[in-house]
Amino acid sequence: MFEIFQNYGSQLWSGFGYTLLSSLYALIGSLVIGTLFALFEISPMKPLRVIGKIYVEIFRNIPLLVIAMIFYIVVPQYFAKIDGFTAGTIGLTIYTSAFIAETVRAGIESVDVGQMEAARSNGMTYIQAMRFIILPQAIKIVVPPLGNQFINLVKNSSVLAFLAGFDLMYQGNIIASTTFKTTDTYFAVGLLYLIITLPMSYLMRYLEKKWSTEGDEA
Amino acid sequence: MNTFAQAYQWVNLRYLLEGLWITVEVSVISIIFSFLIGAVFGLLRYMKIKYLSLIVGFIVDIIRNLPLLLIIFFTYFGLPNILGVRFNTLWATIIAMTVFESAMLAEIIRSGILAVDRGQMEAARSNGLTYWQAMYHVILPQAIKKMIPPIVSQFISLVKDTSLATIIVLPELMYHAQVIYGQNTNFMIPMFLALAVLYFIVCYALSLLSRFLDRKLSEA
Repeated sequence: MFEIFQNYGSQLWSGFGYTLLSSLYALIGSLVIGTLFALFEISPMKPLRVIGKIYVEIFRNIPLLVIAMIFYIVVPQYFAKIDGFTAGTIGLTIYTSAFIAETVRAGIESVDVGQMEAARSNGMTYIQAMRFIILPQAIKIVVPPLGNQFINLVKNSSVLAFLAGFDLMYQGNIIASTTFKTTDTYFAVGLLYLIITLPMSYLMRYLEKKWSTEGDEA
Repeated sequence: MNTFAQAYQWVNLRYLLEGLWITVEVSVISIIFSFLIGAVFGLLRYMKIKYLSLIVGFIVDIIRNLPLLLIIFFTYFGLPNILGVRFNTLWATIIAMTVFESAMLAEIIRSGILAVDRGQMEAARSNGLTYWQAMYHVILPQAIKKMIPPIVSQFISLVKDTSLATIIVLPELMYHAQVIYGQNTNFMIPMFLALAVLYFIVCYALSLLSRFLDRKLSEA
């Protein structure tokens, strides 16, 4: 395994960079789109609610690979030339946005309306109430699931390997097939994924635990 | 429209359905195996047996945090170097899915049990039930209610993730669709549409089942 790092280190780290980059872009993109569709889903207007619902149900129930392949194969053929990295990142964004929409919707629905009313009637301005009352609670509800979505994004970004997206999995496959040291290479690739996902997942578990017991005491 | 009619001629549809059958077969076998293994691992981790629970927890955390695609590659290309046996694509996929999904399920099952109030176990024990009686009659029935939605969504992920096995040329739905549009690129859009619809039907049916079970259990 160390041999792989010694000889192909730069290739692996470049893949690591692309994996991280794709996951970050997709996180930001799916946060925006996911929040938008979450707002659709709780909107008082029925057509918007239906659109939100359809979007979420469709993209939650279709494999990421199918969505990504549409952008990799169908879109360049009929619409615009895009490379594997972009196609994969767009696919990841759309797929993840459906899950984030559900997370955000649940988060919004769980904050009590009375909180804002109580803060305002105690003489706080809207901004003060948001800053000191609503946001601290909302963040505690939303951050752990979003962190878990980021972990999923990092893992799911391995579909870029199907699309020549230069990510970690793609580079790993190239190294494995040139050196024939498949076991060692995949161990090295796994280690690099764990560098991102394992600390993230322990941090999220810690935050979840800490914030949920704080809630119990209050 | 003619392209669609051509793309959906019976030969192609039958070929897609054969792929769907493999997808379902792999999914069902992996669901059964991973549920059993996941339940055992989840319980072992919950029970806090010295060393054993720590080791199980560590393994579960490592596997959960790796991409499934990597595990599929490793099972198919890497494992034969260690074990000296080569699995065919079907069993390589089933093994990889089972390893990954049982780790995910172990975590769901453990947190489901943890979510049941600790006082329940204490009350059951002080009423004279043994640990396993309390577990079976008091804790698990309550925990299962909390576990069903996340377990079913994990199964939905499992069905969707079988598409990744195209990369080791498992002849499932996604692969068969690729074969068809590989012969005629005009069939690309009809094939992706068919893929979306077929996967959606299977997964949406599962999510309806989850909602049904949820309602049924909350009535009981």
